Amino acid sequence: MSGKAWKFGDNISTDLIAAGRYAHLRTNLPELAKHVLEDARDEFRTGVKEGDFVVGGRNFGLGSSREHAPVIIKMAGTSCVAAKSFARIFFRNCINIGLPAVRVDTDRIDDGDELELDLAAGVLRDRTKGIELSFPPMPKVMTDILNAGGLVPYLKKNKGFVI
Amino acid sequence: MPLTLAEKLISMHAGREVHAGELTVVKVDFAYVQDWTGPLTVDKIAELGAGLSKTPSHTAVFIDHASPSSFKEVSTGHVKLRDYARSSGCLLHDVGEGVSHLVLGEKVTAPGMLMVGADSHTCQGGALGAFATGMGSTDIGVAIATGETWMLVPEAIRVEVTGRLKPGVYSKDIILYLIGLIGSDGATYQSLEFFGDTIENLSVPGRTTISSMAVEAGGKCGLFESDGHTLEWLRENGRESDFKEIKADKGAHYARVINIDAASLEPMVSFPHMVDNTRPISHPDCKDVPVHQAYLGSTTNGYFEDFEAAAKVLRGRHAAPGTRLVITPGTKSVYRKMMSSGLMDVFLDAGGVINSPGCGACPGSHEGILGDGENCAASINRNFKGRMGNPKSFVYLASPATVAASAIEGKLADPRRYS
Repeated sequence: MSGKAWKFGDNISTDLIAAGRYAHLRTNLPELAKHVLEDARDEFRTGVKEGDFVVGGRNFGLGSSREHAPVIIKMAGTSCVAAKSFARIFFRNCINIGLPAVRVDTDRIDDGDELELDLAAGVLRDRTKGIELSFPPMPKVMTDILNAGGLVPYLKKNKGFVI
Repeated sequence: MPLTLAEKLISMHAGREVHAGELTVVKVDFAYVQDWTGPLTVDKIAELGAGLSKTPSHTAVFIDHASPSSFKEVSTGHVKLRDYARSSGCLLHDVGEGVSHLVLGEKVTAPGMLMVGADSHTCQGGALGAFATGMGSTDIGVAIATGETWMLVPEAIRVEVTGRLKPGVYSKDIILYLIGLIGSDGATYQSLEFFGDTIENLSVPGRTTISSMAVEAGGKCGLFESDGHTLEWLRENGRESDFKEIKADKGAHYARVINIDAASLEPMVSFPHMVDNTRPISHPDCKDVPVHQAYLGSTTNGYFEDFEAAAKVLRGRHAAPGTRLVITPGTKSVYRKMMSSGLMDVFLDAGGVINSPGCGACPGSHEGILGDGENCAASINRNFKGRMGNPKSFVYLASPATVAASAIEGKLADPRRYS
């Protein structure tokens, strides 16, 4: 998976990702996705290309439990969310919908850098900078859920949680 | 091995003793969704194909976020949720019954339970000694369909609050102070556990204000021991037999201990656009901040005693010209009590407008959306940019008493002047 970095700051809340004023579009995800991250960085929603990376700072995804936030980030074509740290529910939601979320030192990445994710190796490569940023391994159950493509396909395959 | 509250409550549902850092599958006692997250849960349950609900009597759908609906699309989502409730046989709390966590606090939540909800403020249940945490729509769909979920047993932060709160200072001020101290990610993945004589003296509604906001520090849950106040609350709500003693073990290991001197606390305000951006009301930044809307309600301050505290300030007074006073009772029973006790008259005489019970303007889709450049003093739980429906507006979080004082003066104001 490779693409361009879109940089965001610290504390990108779910209100910034999927604003409450568009809650009526939650039953129409393609329409909701047109407003993804609108209040954080308006040019993202029109400029994002298939494979691009959302790169945040600290505490990415804080706030509500709305799974629509990672869902519309994924629908926009994003291949991965990278951040220095994540809010708990957002992180779990990403994995549950099969969207990789990795914790790396994003200060070393600049907007527009070409990034490549190697999940198996546990590294995010910044090809523009020629650096490799490693991320800590997730618990096995989360890796398995992500590799299955999300929680629903995981459970269909395993018939229950394998811890 | 001595256990924290989180370790104890999770162990009770894991079938074995578990400790911080362990992963475990747990049995879920109660799972619920609301109208903004529920339609997606219903889709996921269908995709899973495992049946509509493992235990329908312990599953609930709440229509509280848009209640009644202001959009045809949301109304169509409501239809889907009502159809699901009918076909699965689960509980349905429809338009006007109130905020999920507050309704559950009255009717269901009990010490020793493990609850999960598709709403981040599910952690509110910790006030009654339940392990309660918020998750996304898919996780909750799985919990509803299978009766189980998996979790990482969190480390705990022990928050020790001692001393007597000064008049005009409330549990809201304790939690805003704490979040200002540790930051919006100060308890990420951790369990916030509250102890000390100040906590022991708080009623259950006062505790729910604190537990609901555990997530605003990143916390997985905000837990309290059960005690006489818990029993009294359950008795008031006709379910004394739900009481169970839940206490942390002496000598349990905490990742961090935080001491708060309650007697030294002032009314607190969180400035836009972060909950941890707090100031005491005496701070110079709080001077001459105009308030265009004063908002009372939300899951965090939606019980009767929250409105009573505001009414104490507002009685015989009127909101300033140019300041709207908007009130959203948390549940239908709170609404009734506000009518029978005369609180509605106090609010109406003060120029207030009363919404139907529910989430109201807090999540930003109806019943009090702000205009461009407007400020709102609100007894709600978060003030992120766009939270109350307009990214060009500004939300200041405070206690109901501080919101009421701010309504009277038309600017951020110290409620101690009115106590």
